[in-house]
Amino acid sequence: MSNLVTFRQETRDWLEENCPAEMRKPMSADGACWGGRNFKFSHPDQKLWLDRMGEKGWTAPTWPSEYGGGGLNYDENKILAEELFKIGARPALASFGLWMLGPALLEYASHEQKMEHIPKIIKGEIRWCQGYSEPGAGSDLASLKTKAVEDGDNFIVNGQKVWTSYADECDMIFTLVRTGPQEPKHNGISFLLIDMDQPGVETKPIKLISGKSPFCETFFTDAVVPKANLVHDLNKGWDVAKNLLQHERKMLASMGLGGSAAGSKGKGKSGSGLANLTKKYVESSEGKISDEGLRQKIAKSDMDAHAFGLTLKRASEEAKNSNHGPSAATSIFKFFGSEHNKRRYEIMLEAMGTQGLGWEGGEFGPEELAVTREWLRTKANSIEGGTSEVQLNVISKRVLDLPQ
Amino acid sequence: MTLTLSEEQSFLKDTAKKFAQEKTPTTHFRQIRDTENPECFDRNVWKEMAAQGWSGILIPEKYGGSNFGLAGIGVVLEELGRTLTPSPLFATSVVCATLINKAGNESQKKEYLTKIASGDITMAFALEEGPRHQPSSIKLEAQKNKDTFVLNGKKNFVIDGGFANYIIVAAKTSDKEDGSSLFILDKNSKGLNIIPTVMVDHKNSANIEFKNVVASAENILGSENSAKETIDETLDIARAALSAEMLGGALEAFDITLNYLKEREQFGEKIGSFQALQHRAALMFTELELCKSCVIEALTAFDEGSNDLQRIASLAKSKMGETFFNVSNEGVQMHGGVGVTDEYDIGLYMKRARVAEQTFGNTEYHRNRYAELTGY
Repeated sequence: MSNLVTFRQETRDWLEENCPAEMRKPMSADGACWGGRNFKFSHPDQKLWLDRMGEKGWTAPTWPSEYGGGGLNYDENKILAEELFKIGARPALASFGLWMLGPALLEYASHEQKMEHIPKIIKGEIRWCQGYSEPGAGSDLASLKTKAVEDGDNFIVNGQKVWTSYADECDMIFTLVRTGPQEPKHNGISFLLIDMDQPGVETKPIKLISGKSPFCETFFTDAVVPKANLVHDLNKGWDVAKNLLQHERKMLASMGLGGSAAGSKGKGKSGSGLANLTKKYVESSEGKISDEGLRQKIAKSDMDAHAFGLTLKRASEEAKNSNHGPSAATSIFKFFGSEHNKRRYEIMLEAMGTQGLGWEGGEFGPEELAVTREWLRTKANSIEGGTSEVQLNVISKRVLDLPQ
Repeated sequence: MTLTLSEEQSFLKDTAKKFAQEKTPTTHFRQIRDTENPECFDRNVWKEMAAQGWSGILIPEKYGGSNFGLAGIGVVLEELGRTLTPSPLFATSVVCATLINKAGNESQKKEYLTKIASGDITMAFALEEGPRHQPSSIKLEAQKNKDTFVLNGKKNFVIDGGFANYIIVAAKTSDKEDGSSLFILDKNSKGLNIIPTVMVDHKNSANIEFKNVVASAENILGSENSAKETIDETLDIARAALSAEMLGGALEAFDITLNYLKEREQFGEKIGSFQALQHRAALMFTELELCKSCVIEALTAFDEGSNDLQRIASLAKSKMGETFFNVSNEGVQMHGGVGVTDEYDIGLYMKRARVAEQTFGNTEYHRNRYAELTGY
């Protein structure tokens, strides 16, 4: 125990000295630091904070120090998170490398591959995107057709990926490619890391209903990929894919808590994010929202968020000793988190009335416009990373063991 | 606050599970129901529960209990809830033991808590006066006449009221807002008319009429005109404990249904292979996982002294109410025709779900309370 007390004090001291003032201010919606070769830092302190945290390995606190990670155990990691929260520190790095690729590499990559890629993820030097879905391979991901053919020390890759998040700003892409066209579909897939800075790789942003373009199409035309970039065995990529998907679902699930986490933290009459927003648009009397129907919906949503937060906490406590990565049960979180988030935005729009329906212009506040765009963005929550229906399939088959 | 059971709590849960499976499976409940046992429970089984120490889990050691906490009695209630085990554990050892422990004077605690812990007496709490939970408006009056009180009025839905040796009644003793008091009365007190009610879940309860029932100052639990806080705090403990019982019932209803999906064949296939049913099963499983977290949070919140007890109790009772209702109804539907027969157990859970949901505030009641406590 005293070790943890010491650790907390040391952590507090280090953060006090190293977390720049600018990085303790609340972050705007697009204020995240994504890193990578071409990232434009919004402030010198953003770079400073990333460099310091990356150097210490605290962008990936629990990863092994051998590869540049923080090497912290469960309790130490919890303390670090608490201390960061206490000073209002922004995340030093947001990255698909951290959330998705890294954990899969730690499990499946060779020592050389880990030495090559993990430190660059931790320090935010390389920004990664995901190349899984294809125009003809959505929920039925394993039917993917992008093919990689062996050619001496390289693979030659041809095909098209879709829903590649931020591909136009990324340095590398982790892909699923077909290397065994004669094999049954799950057994002919390999996991390949591809450098996007080459003539054979092109990206094109996709405009969404929100008007934004967080996703791209990515085209491979005779792209050259060294064999050293094959992770795990040839034609065994589906194992890596499934493992990585669990991490992706865990990441997407935690987004479901969004701003409504306040519902579970706020003690006493401090309100909730939803209720406080509602009161700006809907009459209330002595603090009580007068529209009873809306008030019940908000309470249900806040209670769902509260229950969901407790369940994530319980799962992490249960995982603490079992030393397993995320399991099929992660589908519960992905499913509930994304559906909950969609419902929450619907309630916000209902509360805001026509002020929540503006597309652009000065008659709407920037926060109002952001809610409207975000409402549209949430519609993808229950599609990306496996649709809600796919999650329910996973729960019923792999958790409940219902017959095929 | 931790959301996982300690080793001792897990051990107790396993013991209770074994007990319920061996001694009180649902056939035990059916037997009591079908022989029209007016007490609706088996005194020998209750003696065995007391011998296990369960009747005294919430009672301090100096009065013969184990003081093992709400999470302790909660895991027992959960396992008993799985088999719909009828017992005085909830009304006597949770609700009334808590009222006495909170408000009683030394001699009352010594007198009653010791006998509750040993399993020698049972008690019931007479609170409700209408068909819906409304703890803040007590109309049953206790008129003070020098050193005695005269009680007149009627109480509804007194759980275990049909057999309890003692009734703790909440009565209005002053016109002030908080002017209520608690009295402990022997069930044989003059003027007390106990009318057993046969409920849809076949658990014991009664309506009780009070006609000029005379109580002395000694019958007051704690002090005069100060019952509100005791009642409010006790209700939250009762809600958390009841949520644990409801969790057990909901989990069992789900397990029964899941097994049925894996056995029943139609169109030449197990019906559990149909996606329309698979997705609904997965939805229920997800809701139950959320409920497990709410219940353990509520139980440990009391044991560890959280400052957010009321909201957490309402969270657990509300989530459990909606989920037990949903899971048992879906269970009946997925069983098809046999789901509405008395022979299959699934319908028993649906009936219990409705009664438990109404007890001490239904889903909407607690949603409303949660909103109020959060400040909207």
